[in-house]
Amino acid sequence: MSEFRMPSLGADMEAGTLVEWLVQPGSAIKRGDIIAVVETQKGAIEIEAFEDGILDRFLVDVGTRVPVGTPLASIASAGQPKEQPGKPAGAPATAAAPWPPPEPPHMQPRPVAERPARGHGRASPAARRLAEQAHLDISIMRGSGPEGAVVLADVEAALRAAPVETRRVEALGLSQMRAAIATAMSRSKREIPHYYLAHTIDVMDARDWVEAINSTRPPERRLLMGALFVKATALAARAYPEFNGFYEERQFWKSPSIHVGVAIAIRGGGLVAPALHDAADLDLETLMTRLQDLTSRVRAGRFRSSEIADPTITVSSLGDRGVETLYGIIYPPQVAIVGFGKVVERPWISSGAVLPRATVTVTLAADHRVSDGHRGALFLTEIERSLKQPGSL
Amino acid sequence: MTPLEIRAVVQRELMRIAPDVDFDNVDPHADIREAFAIDSMDFLNFVIALHRSFGVDIPELDYPKLATVDGAVAYVDNKLGSAANNGHPLPQ
Repeated sequence: MSEFRMPSLGADMEAGTLVEWLVQPGSAIKRGDIIAVVETQKGAIEIEAFEDGILDRFLVDVGTRVPVGTPLASIASAGQPKEQPGKPAGAPATAAAPWPPPEPPHMQPRPVAERPARGHGRASPAARRLAEQAHLDISIMRGSGPEGAVVLADVEAALRAAPVETRRVEALGLSQMRAAIATAMSRSKREIPHYYLAHTIDVMDARDWVEAINSTRPPERRLLMGALFVKATALAARAYPEFNGFYEERQFWKSPSIHVGVAIAIRGGGLVAPALHDAADLDLETLMTRLQDLTSRVRAGRFRSSEIADPTITVSSLGDRGVETLYGIIYPPQVAIVGFGKVVERPWISSGAVLPRATVTVTLAADHRVSDGHRGALFLTEIERSLKQPGSL
Repeated sequence: MTPLEIRAVVQRELMRIAPDVDFDNVDPHADIREAFAIDSMDFLNFVIALHRSFGVDIPELDYPKLATVDGAVAYVDNKLGSAANNGHPLPQ
């Protein structure tokens, strides 16, 4: 028997509200099945199962807001007998409840909040009281007391490290989305030593290539330059793996998969950057279709938990409106974000002549704990190389 | 199809993409990308919607003609008119 918990859908998420169960007790579930809908600061998110099994019973009622890490349902392995009746709900995890669940090889280390809660359930009364007053979730804190119990000093330390910004912006009446962005970006600026590089690339050939393809296709099968930018970035991330993964617990975890988070603006303000899974392996048409699907679902306010939690690197692309250069802020625990400005025509020197060319300025913000400017420059040059051979994308 | 009917479809599609914008307050000569705050993907969806609603071919080279509400209505009207004049049945 194991537990299905409120997942952490990013560095900025502290809690979520269970909106809907999409399966009933007794049903068989497979890893990746959408089994619940959770309302977060980013909107309604479809939550996927982490493992195969039989949904045993619900531990949380619909409409309840619970901290990240809270068990939502118990899941029996297929063939395993159901949990014995009479055992109290929410009993401390035992050896029969492995956490984290066995992860398939392509999954990455999860954000810290999803790791096994040290001292789960154990805390001194004073610690509990202070945590409650401060709206901190004690179950995800690391305890320094006996047997990992959370003591008052731990809560005080957590308070000092807590995102004060969140409470301040809520006091100002700004939106939840804005608060979520503030939390994640403040953490990023506090913890990640960013370095920035910019490079202007001649994309005339890529643009002409896209135009030639699109001239033969109906609108629903046309490509956008943004799809090429995502693919070129994914290929560069494959060539330079130190830009693809997570920095957690004082070390870099290289990701074997390349899930590109694509920054998508939400009408009315804010943005999210859900994942295009395995972007380096998708041909451009498939990538474009997925991008359209992702954008429309984000705009409709409904996307999947894996899309929020999985990105291993982020791309922010301004499209054909906006300005020439965009400097991103890394979304923790990722280690790099690539920014594409709008495509602009500039005078460009090529073979000794000044010509009008379509160009784009691409930037990299990367984590200096993991990589240096030298490697960053090679990474951007790799993107340039791909975009100069659009047929190879 | 009258220009008024075409305008109603243009309005419906833009409101679907930008439900937060008050269509009646938008200058029909204003750039719709600015006026409705739409990006490249939204604009492509707008073109796809016009293509499906009217069955007219809209090559990328013609995108600038769709830059305003009035421009889009005139473009579709012109395309439908020339198709009828040439005796071609509408594709849809």
